[in-house]
Amino acid sequence: MAQQIGFWDRLKLGWRVIVSAAFAAEITEALEQLERARSKRAEPPERLHASGLVLLAALQREGRLVDFLQQDAAGFSDEEIGAAARIVHGGCRKALRQFFEIKPATDGAEGSTITVAAGFDAQRIRLTGNVSGQPPFKGTLRHHGWIATEIRMPAISEALDPRVISPAEVELA
Amino acid sequence: MAKRVVGIDLGTTNCAMSWHDLNDALGEVVPIPQLTAPGIVEERPLLPSFLYLAKEDEFPAGALDTPWEKKATYAAGEFARGHGAKVPTRLIASAKSWLSHTGVDRTAALLPWQAPAEVSRLSPVDASSRYLMHLAGAWKASQNTALDSEDIILTVPASFDAAARELTMKAASQAGLHNVTLLEEPQAALYAWLEKSGDRFRKQVNVGDVILVVDVGGGTTDFSLIAVTEQDGALQLTRLAVGDHILLGGDNMDLTLAHHLAQEKNLDPWQFTALTHGCREAKERLFASSRLTKVPISIPGRGSALLGSTIKVELNREDVTRILVDGFMPEVPVTGLPQTARRAGLTQLGLPYAQDPGITRHLAAFLTRQSRIAEGRAFVHPTAILFNGGVLKASALRERVVAVVNDWLANDSGAPVKELAGADLDHAVARGAAYYGWVRHGHGIRIRGGTARSYYVGVESAMPAVPGFVPPVKALCVAPFGMEEGTQADIPPQEFALVVGEPTVFRFFASSVRREDRVGDMIDDVARNDELEEVAPIETALNGEPGKLVPVNLQAAVTEVGTLELRCLEKGGPGRWMLEMNVRSREE
Repeated sequence: MAQQIGFWDRLKLGWRVIVSAAFAAEITEALEQLERARSKRAEPPERLHASGLVLLAALQREGRLVDFLQQDAAGFSDEEIGAAARIVHGGCRKALRQFFEIKPATDGAEGSTITVAAGFDAQRIRLTGNVSGQPPFKGTLRHHGWIATEIRMPAISEALDPRVISPAEVELA
Repeated sequence: MAKRVVGIDLGTTNCAMSWHDLNDALGEVVPIPQLTAPGIVEERPLLPSFLYLAKEDEFPAGALDTPWEKKATYAAGEFARGHGAKVPTRLIASAKSWLSHTGVDRTAALLPWQAPAEVSRLSPVDASSRYLMHLAGAWKASQNTALDSEDIILTVPASFDAAARELTMKAASQAGLHNVTLLEEPQAALYAWLEKSGDRFRKQVNVGDVILVVDVGGGTTDFSLIAVTEQDGALQLTRLAVGDHILLGGDNMDLTLAHHLAQEKNLDPWQFTALTHGCREAKERLFASSRLTKVPISIPGRGSALLGSTIKVELNREDVTRILVDGFMPEVPVTGLPQTARRAGLTQLGLPYAQDPGITRHLAAFLTRQSRIAEGRAFVHPTAILFNGGVLKASALRERVVAVVNDWLANDSGAPVKELAGADLDHAVARGAAYYGWVRHGHGIRIRGGTARSYYVGVESAMPAVPGFVPPVKALCVAPFGMEEGTQADIPPQEFALVVGEPTVFRFFASSVRREDRVGDMIDDVARNDELEEVAPIETALNGEPGKLVPVNLQAAVTEVGTLELRCLEKGGPGRWMLEMNVRSREE
C-alpha cells in the first residue's frame, strides 16, 4: 500500500517550500504542539487518569473502600458500621501512607491565634469570617490543612486495563 | 565512582539489602521494587520471601513483569504473599528452611511442597536464587550498576552447616552473583550494633564480656555467643559458639493468637489468613503501648458486601501475655530442656518444625550444651545480651528473656546481664553485613571465629562381618572447631584408599560442641555419641583404571568466602580430587 502523507505533514511541507526556514520552523513547532494536544485528548480517560484509578484500586485492595461506599449503610447498626470502618480505616490509612507523605499545610495548633503575612499563599491558606482590611491578618487556626509533601505513585503496566478496580474472584474447588 | 559493599539478608520470611561505601563509611538501606498487585510495581523496604508460581493465563500478559524481567511467570514479594494465601498450592514459602533440611534432596524440584502435578516446581536452591535475582534487579534499577560488580556479603543463619552454606553459595552463583562472601546473621547483628555505637562501644563492653545474641526472626530462632577478648592491648571479638537451627519464630506467634481467636468462629482459610495478619498488627500495637488493654480486629467477609459480613474479634492484653510471653518465653529453670516428643511411626515429610515453642527452653539447652566453655559452671554465663529480629521489637518479650536469663544467673551466683540497645531490628542484619564488608577492608573491629563446628568423616571399623550387626562407624576429625577462613589443615596420614572408577562415599558429621578435637582425632562409635550430627554425605569419583586402589591423604580447607572444602591428595603422586557434599536425601 502506498504511504499516505497526512494533512498536517503536507501543510508543513508546503510551508517549508514557500517561506523562510526560520519562520517555517516556528510554524511547524506550533503545529506539532497542536497535534500533541489533539493526541492527548484522543487518549482514553482510563489512560489519562490511570494513576487515579490505581489509587482507587489500592484503597479497595487494602481497605475495601469501594465495597464500603457502594453498599447502602442505612439498614445497619452503628456496631456493624464500626466493625467495617476499622477495615476501611486500617487498610486505607496504610495505602495512603504508601502513596503519599502528608503533612499539615500550616504550623501551629488548631484553635491557636496565628498571623497571616502579606503575600501569603492563597492556595495553602484560606481566609474565612470577616475578610477585610490589609494583611498581616490575625486569626484563629480552625483547620491546619493538609499537603502532600511526597508523592510515590507506582509504575503501572501498559498491559493492564486500569478500569478494573478489583477483579471478580472465582474460587475453584 | 567509589566501590561499595552490599549486604544482603536472605531471610526466611523477608529479605533486605543495604550498602556501605568503602571510602566515606556511609551506608543506606536499598528500597526494593516489587509487585504489590498485578501490573503494579512499588518500592518496599523489605522483600517478603514468597514466590508465587502462576498458572498460564492466570493473569493478563505482562501483569507479573518487573522493570528487569519481562514475560515473568512468577512473582516474588508482597503480591506473591498476598495472592499465595488464596492459592497456597502455588506458593513457595520458607525456602531457606528447606535449604538446611537434611531429610530431603535439596537440589530436587520440591517446592511448593503441596503443589498439583502441573506446577513446575523449584528446588530450595532455585527458589533462593530467584530472590537473589530479584534483589539484583532491584539493585540495578535503583543504583544503575550491576549487583555483581560490587562486593556482596550474604548472611546465613549461624546454625547453617557446611552443606547449607554450600547450597547458599550455589543459589548466589545461579543468580549470577559471584563476588559473594558469607556471614553469620548473629554476627551481622553485632556488626550493626558496632556500626551504630561507633567508638562508644568500648564503654559498653569490656574484656571478659560474653555477648549472647538472640535472633528471633519470622520463621527461625538462632543463638550465638561472642566473647570480648584482648590481644596486644586491642579489643577483640571472638565467636564462641552457635546454636542449632530452630524452626520457630514470630509467624508461630501470630498463628497461635489466630487459632486462639478463631475458636468458635466459622472462618474459611482466607479469613483465617486475614485474622493472622490482624493478630500481628494487634500484637504489635499492644506491645508498643502499655496503656492499651485490648485491640479490636475486624475480619472482612470475602464478598463485596462489607457491612453485615464483617466478623469482629478482640485481642486483649492478658491473652497476649499468656499466649506469647508465657507460651513462647516461659519462666523455666536452666535445666528445663525442650520437649522433643518423638513422633512415632510414619512422619509426614516436611519441614522439621520445633516441637517445643518455648524459646527460653531452647536457650537453656544451648547454654547448658556448651558446657565446655562454661568454666566449670552449670551453663555458660553471658554478661551481655543483644536482640535481633522483628519479633523482638516488642519490649515485653525482650524483658522476659532478660528476666529469665538473670534468674538462671542469680541461681548460679552470676551477675545480671546488660542489654545492648540494638539498631533497627528489621534491617540490622543487612546493614551489619554491609558494614562487615567495610570491616573486611581493614576498618573497625572484626569478629573472629572461624568454623562454628568441627567436622568429621565417617570411617567404618574393620571387623569381621557378623550377621545382624552393623559395624560401628568411627569419626575422623578433618576440620577443627574455629578453623579460620583462608586456612587449610592436612590430616595426619591415615590408611585411606580410594577405589578408582566408582564413586566413593563418606559419611560426614559435624559437632557444635566438641571444641577440643584436633585434626586427625578419632571418635569411636558415632551412633552412641549425641554430640555429633550427620551432615550430608560427601562423595567423589576418581577417573582411572577401574578397581585400582589409590592411597590418599585427606585435606580440609575453609575458603575465603566461608565454605568448607575437602580434598583427597594422592600419596606420593600428583592426583588431587575434590570431595563434594551430596545434599540429596540422606539414606538412613
